[in-house]
Amino acid sequence: MNRRKEKLIKWLFTVTAFASLAFLVGIVLVLFKEALPIFKTVSPKAFLLGQSWYPTAEPPEFGILPLILASLWVTAGALVICVPLGVGSALYLHELAGNKQRAVLKPVIEILASVPSIVYGFFGMVVLAPFLQEAFDLPIGLTAFTTSVILGVMATPTVASIAEDALSYVPRSFREASFAVGADRWQTLTKVIIPAAGSGISTAVILGMSRAIGETMTVLMVAGGSAIIPESIFDPVRPMTAAIAAEMGEAPVGSDHYHALFAIALILFLITFAFNIAAELISRRYRLKLGLSR
Amino acid sequence: MKKLILTVMALGLAVPLSAGKVVLEGSTTVLPIAQKAAEVFMKNNPDADLSVRGGGSGVGIASIIDGTCDIANASRAIKPAELEKASKKGRDLKAHVIAMDGISHIVHPSNSVTGLTREQIKQIYTSRVKNWKEIGGPDLKIVVISRDSASGTFEAFSEMVLNKKKVRPDAIMQASNQGIASIVARTPGAIGYVGLGYVTDSVKAISVDGVMPDKNSVLRNKYLISRPLFMYTVGAPQGTIKKFIDFLKSPEGQKIVSEEGFVGLK
Repeated sequence: MNRRKEKLIKWLFTVTAFASLAFLVGIVLVLFKEALPIFKTVSPKAFLLGQSWYPTAEPPEFGILPLILASLWVTAGALVICVPLGVGSALYLHELAGNKQRAVLKPVIEILASVPSIVYGFFGMVVLAPFLQEAFDLPIGLTAFTTSVILGVMATPTVASIAEDALSYVPRSFREASFAVGADRWQTLTKVIIPAAGSGISTAVILGMSRAIGETMTVLMVAGGSAIIPESIFDPVRPMTAAIAAEMGEAPVGSDHYHALFAIALILFLITFAFNIAAELISRRYRLKLGLSR
Repeated sequence: MKKLILTVMALGLAVPLSAGKVVLEGSTTVLPIAQKAAEVFMKNNPDADLSVRGGGSGVGIASIIDGTCDIANASRAIKPAELEKASKKGRDLKAHVIAMDGISHIVHPSNSVTGLTREQIKQIYTSRVKNWKEIGGPDLKIVVISRDSASGTFEAFSEMVLNKKKVRPDAIMQASNQGIASIVARTPGAIGYVGLGYVTDSVKAISVDGVMPDKNSVLRNKYLISRPLFMYTVGAPQGTIKKFIDFLKSPEGQKIVSEEGFVGLK
């Protein structure tokens, strides 16, 4: 009886472990199947490098360069905000905060991560956009800059939490050895701790990037939605996720527009996939170099 | 145990026998009419259960074709391609005109411009005019606001004002009438277009070709950027759906239409 039970449980866990794999394969298959037909109408080059996106005009134009650039711009902008904020809070939590502060700060950062994205979007639209419009004397507050600020704040907890974990994995012996040879606290931090946690911090930054580039609701609400190649950070933009979310409802199933939206999703997937592979590779290389078990 | 099974069966049977839930989905232009009418209708008919949501005309029509809503609200007529898809699924969609609407062009209240021609609006939206001073307004960059392509208002506007020319790519795209109205209300250089029911004190409606959009000019066909608003049902409506459509077309329903700022049919 016991052995049978054991087998059953083992089998159950195997199924659950492989379920994620099955979901991923299923999603990828559907993405490819629904995306590829667009390339019968538009060449991949014209699709990726085309500068005008008029999917419902007669004749339609399917150039997604403005959408790709918009996504990259707002993500880059978000990084400028979330890396210093996230890594900075991780360093503070790890190096300077006392136990009491940690006990308050860490959960607060985690709560920030769980605020629904629509709340961020709403805040961006109602508070931040009018404020920036006034402050910078802009024609309109819904811009790439506004979006970057909100996305940066949204990605900060991801970065902070993973970077803090990375710092805590650095063995005590590293620090003790550093102090033993006469390094002060600052030297120990910059020359020993941060390089040793480098892989984890890079992973944190890359996962923050994935969070920013994949965010949909917020960009739909605050990016403005203009499908132009941004010339300034104060231009309204239409990131890939916003285009898919705004247009999928209208696109007749099986039409070129429908397949084009799937192709955008495919490209977005490939970008985040590349991010994740990069994160994995970096962390592996560092682990080997430092001879860490983790 | 037996009792439990019987109860479950009875419950299962009871659900389809009751009035059932009626789902309305689609145009954000029709949304305020549908919401208010559903509210009053449910007060008058306590067993009726109506649920109303937006999404855009295209979304509503796609949903009724897929069978996920019972009434599709639309601010444009159904397209041939959609009709074909519906008939492929064996759904014969029937149109009910429930109100008339004028597409009002709105600007920030501080803007000195009080009227434009259709040609001027077309030039603004196709980026040949970029500053208000070119058309007799203040020296201010024009911020063009338009609707996403799921919008029936966008299609009507594109047909009646732009002659299907493309909207300039740097136009701000919004998913709802309310979205446009709230941006225009806080953006001094903005121009946008919304259904008559969304014109409030926080924005300024302008005349087009010398005619102000209002109930009179729409009803007498003097304001030319106007269109009927529809509700689509599958086949001839029955039961609660029929009662609701009849209610909307009745004097009481049409009173709600004009209270919400749209134009009644009579």
